[in-house]
This record gives sequence, C-alpha cells and structure tokens, in this order.
Amino acid sequence: MNDRGYYSGFGGMFIPEILSTTFDQLIAAFRAARSDPAFWREYEAIMSTYSCRPTPLTFAENLTRHFGGARIYVKREDLNHTGAHKANNVMGQGLLVKRMGKTRVIAETGAGQHGVATATMAAKFGFECTIYMGEVDVERQRPNVFWMERLGAKVVAVRTGTRILKDAINEAFRDWVTNMDSTHYVLGTACGPHPFPEMVTYFQSIIGREARRQILEREGKLPVRVYACVGGGSNAMGLFSGFLDDPVQLVGVEAAGRGLASGAHAVRLSSPDASVGVAQGYKTYFLQNRDGQMKETHSVAAGLDYVGVSPILSQFKEIGRARFEAATDREVVDALAFTIRKEGLIPALESAHAFVQAFKEAPLLDPADAIIINQSGRGDKDIFTVADAFGDPAWQQFIIDKAERYRA
Amino acid sequence: MLETHLRKRLEHQEILLMTHIVLGYPSFEDCYRIVEAMVAGGVDLMELQIPFSEPIADGPVILMANQQALAAGATVARCLEFADRVCREFPIPFLFMSYYNILFKFGVDAFAAAMADRGVRGAIVPDLPPEEGADYLAAMDRRELAPIFIYSPNTRPERLARIATVARGFVYCVARKGVTGADTRFSAHLEDYLRRCRAATALPLAVGFGVKDRSDVEFLTGKGDIAVIGTQTIRIIETQGIGAVTPFIRGLRP
Repeated sequence: MNDRGYYSGFGGMFIPEILSTTFDQLIAAFRAARSDPAFWREYEAIMSTYSCRPTPLTFAENLTRHFGGARIYVKREDLNHTGAHKANNVMGQGLLVKRMGKTRVIAETGAGQHGVATATMAAKFGFECTIYMGEVDVERQRPNVFWMERLGAKVVAVRTGTRILKDAINEAFRDWVTNMDSTHYVLGTACGPHPFPEMVTYFQSIIGREARRQILEREGKLPVRVYACVGGGSNAMGLFSGFLDDPVQLVGVEAAGRGLASGAHAVRLSSPDASVGVAQGYKTYFLQNRDGQMKETHSVAAGLDYVGVSPILSQFKEIGRARFEAATDREVVDALAFTIRKEGLIPALESAHAFVQAFKEAPLLDPADAIIINQSGRGDKDIFTVADAFGDPAWQQFIIDKAERYRA
Repeated sequence: MLETHLRKRLEHQEILLMTHIVLGYPSFEDCYRIVEAMVAGGVDLMELQIPFSEPIADGPVILMANQQALAAGATVARCLEFADRVCREFPIPFLFMSYYNILFKFGVDAFAAAMADRGVRGAIVPDLPPEEGADYLAAMDRRELAPIFIYSPNTRPERLARIATVARGFVYCVARKGVTGADTRFSAHLEDYLRRCRAATALPLAVGFGVKDRSDVEFLTGKGDIAVIGTQTIRIIETQGIGAVTPFIRGLRP
C-alpha cells in the first residue's frame, strides 16, 4: 500500500469503503498541488491580498517588562481575515477544491471560526456551502451562526451525541459519504484521516515560516520556546512547522477546563484520562472510557473542546519533540484580562491558553532570550462568550435591556 | 466456516435474510425477544451491533439506537454475554458489527478470541479497511472467523479484486452512497454494480442499505445472495412493537 499518513504509529486512514476513491483523488490532487511551485505562489498571493499575510510579529514590550524574563513576541494570526488562523487552511483547501472541480464545500465547526472562514471562502469562490455545528456550540457562538448565514452558508445544528465539535465532524462525514462527487469536506484542523493532518499542517505552516523569518530579522536569533494552544492542533502545527529543525522548544497548551481532577476538561496529551484509540478516521490520543466510548469534554473555549488531537502532535509527544501543558478556564480568563489591560491585545479564549503557559515560564528565562506566543485568533468578536467568562454585570444589563426592546 | 454454512442454506433458499440489531437498544431483554422473533420469522443470520459513541457510517435511526443503548448502560462485556447466550440458544450464525475502536481498545486478538469462545462467526467493521487491518485479519484467520469486508458503488475494479483476497464468509455490498436507513433506488444501475461485485469475488454477496420490504428483496433475488434488512426492522419495532417482527420477516420472502 502507498503512504497512509502514519506518524510513529498515529494517524492512518480508517475510512468507510465508500470514501476510498474520494480519498485517492484528494491525495493525488494535494500531491500535485504541493509539487507545483505555482500553487504555493497563488496561495501566498491570495493570503496577502484577501487576508493580511504576512501577519505581524508584535513585540509585547509591556508584558516583557512586567514578567522580567524572556522577550515576549506575539504572532498575530488574529489579524487574518475572519479573525483567526483558520483562514490559512480554508483558503488553501478552497484553491484545491477549484483544482478538483468540485462545487460544494462542507465543514464542521466548534467555536464557529472555522465555519465562518469556510463560509467566507465559499462566498469568494462561489461554492455552495453547508456548515455542521453542534447544538451546544450554536448556542454559545450564535453571532458566528449569524455571519455564516449572511455569507450564504446553510448552518445545520447537530443534535446527536454530545452536540459539540466531534458530533459535527461525524455529521459532516455522513454528508460527505452521500455527496462526495460534488463536495469537498474542508476539515478544519490537523486531525482526521490522511491526508488531512498533513494537508492542514502544510497550509498552516505559513505561520511558522513567517514567524521564523520575522524573529530572525528582529532578534538576530531563534526563540528559545514557542507556545500555541492545542485543540485539534492546527495553529500549533502551523507555528511549530517553522522550527522543527531548530533547537527550539515547542510548547502546546491544552484546555484543563475546570481542572484535571474535575474530569471536565479537554486534555488529551498531558492527562491520564486519555488513551490511544481510533475514531473519526484516525488513530491518536482520545478522551475515552475503557470500552472505547468517547467522553464528554469541557473548555471555556469552544475551539479547544475536542476529544481527539492531531496525530502529528501525538507523535511529538511520543518522541519528545514537543512539551504539552494545560491551562484551566480560570487561568485563561485571568491571562486574557491581563493581556488586554497590559498590552492592548485581545486574544481569543483559545489563544489565551498559550499566554497562560508563556506567562508562567517567561520570568524563569534569560532576558536575552526570546519566546513567541501564537495569538491564533481574536477575542473581540467573541464578545458574548468573553463577557460571560468575565461575568461583566454592565454587559449583562445591556443584553437584558436589549432583549426587552426586541420583546416590545 | 461461515461460507460453507451460507452455501448450504442457499441450496434451499434463493435469497437469505440478514437482520441487524443494536445491542442494548431498547434493552438487552428486548433484544433477546427480538432475536427470538426474528429467528421465528426465518432470518438466516444476524448482525449484532456493539454500540459506539461515534458511529460515522450510520444514519439517524441506528445512530439514535447506539446513543440510547450507551445511555442505558450497554458495555462491551454485556454485549459479549448477550452474544454468548444467543449463539448457544439459536441455530443461526451471528456476527458482530461495530467500529474499530471497540476492537482496538479490547485488544484485537483478545476480541477475536472472545468471539470464537462465544460462537460468533464473523465481524463487520465499517471503518476498518483491509489496509489498516493486518492484526485483525491475522487474529480472525487464526480462529477461522470471517472478516466481512465492504464493496461500494465507488470501489474501483482493482480494489474490488484486492478486497476479495482477504474477505471471508461473504462480501457486504453497500447498495448506494450515504449512510444506513435512507431510501435506495433499486434500479438497473444497482443491478450493474452487483454484476461487477459478482465478477470480483466468488464469495456470496450480501446487499444492504435501504432494503426495507418484499419488493426490494424480490429485486435482489438472483442478483445477490443475502438481503440485509437493518434500519427497517428497528423502525418496525419502534412503531409497531416486537410483536410485528415475526410477520414482517416472514412477509419478506414468498
């Protein structure tokens, strides 16, 4: 058999027979695109004109002074069009869809970022678009549903299973096994069956390529550590990709939710609650019980609330190429409030997980050294969730008043 | 061997009937009564689905059955106990159907051993293509159990042939794209596809996805060897109760 996308035994292609031909075609299209230098040029061109690439690398002067250790840089993926690194993957897969001649795209979404990004790409390229979103996520990220629908996408609220991201992925697969001839499934993260982990990493690697060049320009040397939050793992893989061959410590931060002891978390790589399994088409660490049934997960950040994780990150854990830590909801909200106040940056709740760990470690590092935090998305557009996380009374009163006006 | 058994049955029946239940749905006690009713109606073999939290190949009816079985406390251990009992008490072959994680977590070899111990004759694992199943194939082969593989209308000819080399018992031909439970058009197109399947393997052919009544079974007679009635029996039980199962199965063949 040809390459099935294994990373130290993680990954693979556990797909229903009906999709075997579709995956053969996708692998062939991706390989052809990747070996065509014009394809990456086209990708960079669209990302620099339609989105804001290269995104800046911001020196966080105030945070650096406050912590008194390593020089803190922030990679500004929040400045992408649609407000997160998700745009990188989506525009890349969109170009691939054009090459394959398909006319419809589907996607799952958790926080709604990937759904909005996919709906945006579909609007631009003229594709029909359906987004699957767990009912719980529809409730907590209603504004993103509003934008997806404005962008012309059909949003399907998934009412099966735990009604969050993994259930949306299952439902997207069910659509795909029916409509594969016209439809491409734009998987949003570096998970799922081969070639998705590799393909999503390839498009997201633009983050790391830029960050490496930028830090060398600014500091004249490599950072000692780079930090990224880990849900499925696409922004982490994107940043890490730039430093794989360098003596740079890669630090992934998972969602510890209400704490590891509470069971209400989404920590796959740094908790004993997870074990290796096979679901959603690939082998990796999953939060599951002894029988192999997936557990419920929790995070204040919908985008990190996922039972599995990129098989490439599982490999990094296994071979020690990356270190994985976890941040609780409480720590995340505090780090977010502090970053906003101190530096005027508004990371998404997801990205704030990376800030938590960087803040813990920066004071212990040499002031001559630099670190990079990936600000994978912007928090200001998630105002409902962030305001709830802060428990802001004036905001709550505003919503109550507004609802009263609608009722009138 | 499962194939030999099926061949013998086919000497007396033009087409065999295979049904599908989700273990623990609505309860293990009801499942037992359903098996009893199906055997009384004349089914030739049965799939016992071990419920899984992420059944990606299943449509809404079987998906809900999986969820409810798990919510009611179904475990792999209970499913094995159940299989042990029905294999001893009923004279038809039983197969397990589940997703690969259930086998993987149990230990693939241990799972095959548990099947053999209890008299389960084979397994259908829709998210385990042969390329990923070397351990599984070896474990099943050691115990003369049948790994049932799947053909789909999209499967390319060279792949049909490759799958035929590892499949045992019979091959499960998915009648159309999509998930379980949706309607299937029983057409010349399907007939053509089944002809391709027949040419690719000497094993008996089961045809499933959307088979729901006597006219569907009639259409398949002569083209396939086993008609698979999955979602429809679950619907019948949900709407008409277990009492309706025996007459429904009897009515599927002349």
